[in-house]
Amino acid sequence: MTPEIGHFALALTLAMAMVQSVLPIVGASRGNILWMHSARWSSIGQVFFASIAFFALMQAFITSDFTVKNVVENSHSLKPMLFKIAGTWGSHEGSLLLWVLILTVFGAAVSVFGTNIPDTLKARTLSVQAWVSVGFLTFMLFTSNPFDRVFPPPTDGQDLNPLLQDVGLAMHPPLLYFGYVGFSIVFSFAVAALIEGRIDAAWARWVRPWTLAAWMSLTAGIALGSWWAYYELGWGGWWFWDPVENVSFMPWLMGTALLHSAIVTEKRDAFKSWTILLAILTFALSLLGTFVVRSGLLTSVHAFAVDPQRGLYILGLLALSIGGSLTLFAWRAPLMEPGGLFKPISREAGLLVNNLILATATGVVLFGTLYPLFYEAMTGGDKLSVGPPFFNASFIPLMLPLVFVMGIGPFLSWKRADLQGVAQRLRLVALLTVLATLAIWYMTNGGPVLGYLSIFLALWLFFATLKEWALRVKLFDAPFAESRRRAANLPRSSYGMTLAHAGLAVAMFGFIGSTVWKSEQVVFVQPGDVVSIAGFDVTFEGVERVRGPNYFADRGTLTVNKEGRFITELFPERRIYPVAESSTTESAIRSTLIGDLYASIANPASEDASAQGAWTLRILYEPLVFFIWLGTAMLVLGGGLSLSDRRLRVGAPRRRAISASKMPAE
Amino acid sequence: MARIFALIPLVVALVFGGFFLWGLDPDRDPNNIPSVLISQPAPEFALPAVEGLDTPGFSRADLVGNDGPVIVNVFASWCVPCRAEHSVLTQLVEREGQRLFGINYKDKPPDATRWLAELGNPYEKIGSDIKGRAGIEWGISGVPETFIVGGDGTVLYRFVGPVVGEDAIATFRQALVQTGALKGGQGE
Repeated sequence: MTPEIGHFALALTLAMAMVQSVLPIVGASRGNILWMHSARWSSIGQVFFASIAFFALMQAFITSDFTVKNVVENSHSLKPMLFKIAGTWGSHEGSLLLWVLILTVFGAAVSVFGTNIPDTLKARTLSVQAWVSVGFLTFMLFTSNPFDRVFPPPTDGQDLNPLLQDVGLAMHPPLLYFGYVGFSIVFSFAVAALIEGRIDAAWARWVRPWTLAAWMSLTAGIALGSWWAYYELGWGGWWFWDPVENVSFMPWLMGTALLHSAIVTEKRDAFKSWTILLAILTFALSLLGTFVVRSGLLTSVHAFAVDPQRGLYILGLLALSIGGSLTLFAWRAPLMEPGGLFKPISREAGLLVNNLILATATGVVLFGTLYPLFYEAMTGGDKLSVGPPFFNASFIPLMLPLVFVMGIGPFLSWKRADLQGVAQRLRLVALLTVLATLAIWYMTNGGPVLGYLSIFLALWLFFATLKEWALRVKLFDAPFAESRRRAANLPRSSYGMTLAHAGLAVAMFGFIGSTVWKSEQVVFVQPGDVVSIAGFDVTFEGVERVRGPNYFADRGTLTVNKEGRFITELFPERRIYPVAESSTTESAIRSTLIGDLYASIANPASEDASAQGAWTLRILYEPLVFFIWLGTAMLVLGGGLSLSDRRLRVGAPRRRAISASKMPAE
Repeated sequence: MARIFALIPLVVALVFGGFFLWGLDPDRDPNNIPSVLISQPAPEFALPAVEGLDTPGFSRADLVGNDGPVIVNVFASWCVPCRAEHSVLTQLVEREGQRLFGINYKDKPPDATRWLAELGNPYEKIGSDIKGRAGIEWGISGVPETFIVGGDGTVLYRFVGPVVGEDAIATFRQALVQTGALKGGQGE
């Protein structure tokens, strides 16, 4: 019965979305307040019914209702409860339902919390958001209904892909979708503004919190996925430039550009068409991600069910939404009045460089990701793959200048900056950076030039960011009490920037350390064998069979010593899931601030070897990996601080005079 | 000028859309990666006979100067799908008169001998590739894999995975017909 209720609720969501896609926008052009305000109730109604549908599916998973096809294909009665729940969004249909739920949540959030947005803009935005809802709801109801039943019901399910049975991955899709879908509301704002024909500083301020929220979720989602790949896949890497990783990374790059260009629109009333274009493209790239993952267009290690029919439907959706919005853009954007002027050396120019580099980088990733498809189409069937060498050679050299400019940018003033003054203020930072780089060079004894250049730039960004904060609070230039007062009075958005920029520098240490100074050994071992890596002596003690709830595992025991002293024991596992007929690697990691010792075991190469108790052992030492997770956490936290800034909650332009002490407690 | 700039994103999006539409062709399978060996001469290799088996060893020389295309199958006794595939290959040899050569990949000779004794031996010649060296030369990604090699020693076709089940058998038979190893009309 519950699945039918869910199915029905989904149909009701569609009905509400259809009403909302017409009534408010027509009301906005006719000046009918009642029609415009209807969006409030229909958007709340959409969330209500979409939640019913979502929880109906979740209930089917929790109770292991094997009359529902989706549950049969993605669950098993013995699966731990957490993964039964996570199974709700583990499949194509279920994840689509989650996507729709988040879509409606964002719509309702704008209608409830966006009290300072003018009625017409709000009504148009919510109608555009409803168009997107209608597109996805019809897609789901016509091609991918999660509530389809099976008869006769099987006695048990086929289990969720064991690789996905992991805490990190259970949370990864919801966060990622929050990011992807969060950009839908920014897209809706942009299209509504194009329809209305007016974009001003206020518009940029209304859009900013939604952009920030989406960006934060996307950052966290990508980091979580990367963390999962790091410890679950057993390869010891955290980023593989796989098409599916790339399609989540592109909206992030574009979204980052959007965050920064929206600042210029808000503060200086410039970059208007550009900000609108970025808002459209960011969501377009999110949709492209869904399309690539679900259509089987490219080969990837991640794959949803490959179904060209579904692909065709999503392509239709893409054509309507992206093609439509870009047509609107081509028509309306040239009519916008240009904004404030600025000199080549100014905050605006710095942010322009930021935007150009981020957009180019997105273009590079997009091209690299889709090049196999282009090549195949142009040559009539020849195939090739584009891997890390391409991305490392093209993406990294683009990013390094960006990091350099990031260090300087916050020092530049709006309209016209004094380059000489900035250079003077950065002298100490430059000296410190050079000294620190030399110290690291001395300590690491050898490495590629690009590695040291990257270290140099990461240090530069880190010190420059700190210096910028120090200047703001007049650290050491004024009495300490004065500095403290200033520090307390700095707006949260300013702290957000400092934290996020420093976070990128910190994450960079992790990227560089674990790429450049990584050591790896893959060896066949028998009990008692010792492997030496990065100063550690790792003894392979043997393998034993252990049982889990829905799997059994071969667990290896490794004793780690350093210079004769016992450090730790590691227990890498190879898990076999009999129902899903597949196996996973559970690597064992000893994580410290300076580096991770990472071990995974794989089945022996031959039966011969296994008879003698030999296993394939992969041991890696990856310096500074911890900084990647720390840095991304700082990025997310920085976004959160900026989001909590009162400027975003209050409609009126910010006034300097209001002191932080009067801010409402958070 | 601004008008033209504003049109660029739309044009780019349309070009992308065109490629996507092409890419969605249901006959296109991005996972089907062709072998670089196709239309190239078969790689150089010379394998001894499987120890304890009467069937002679197998080398590149056996693939040159044949009257028509022959089948080269990479198999192993430890490979479960090979067991399922075995009867299909046997039928092709016994009922349709195909010539079949085998590469026994990373297998222990006693195991291979026992396996062939149990299931029957349809292979004309079998090379014992204990170290997997010939497998590397042939660029195999796993076991089983099956190649069709022309009479002059040119690799004509590669099939990855077991030739088991209606679809796979139909695909493989079609390849045999196209390369001229099998007269058309049967089974299709």
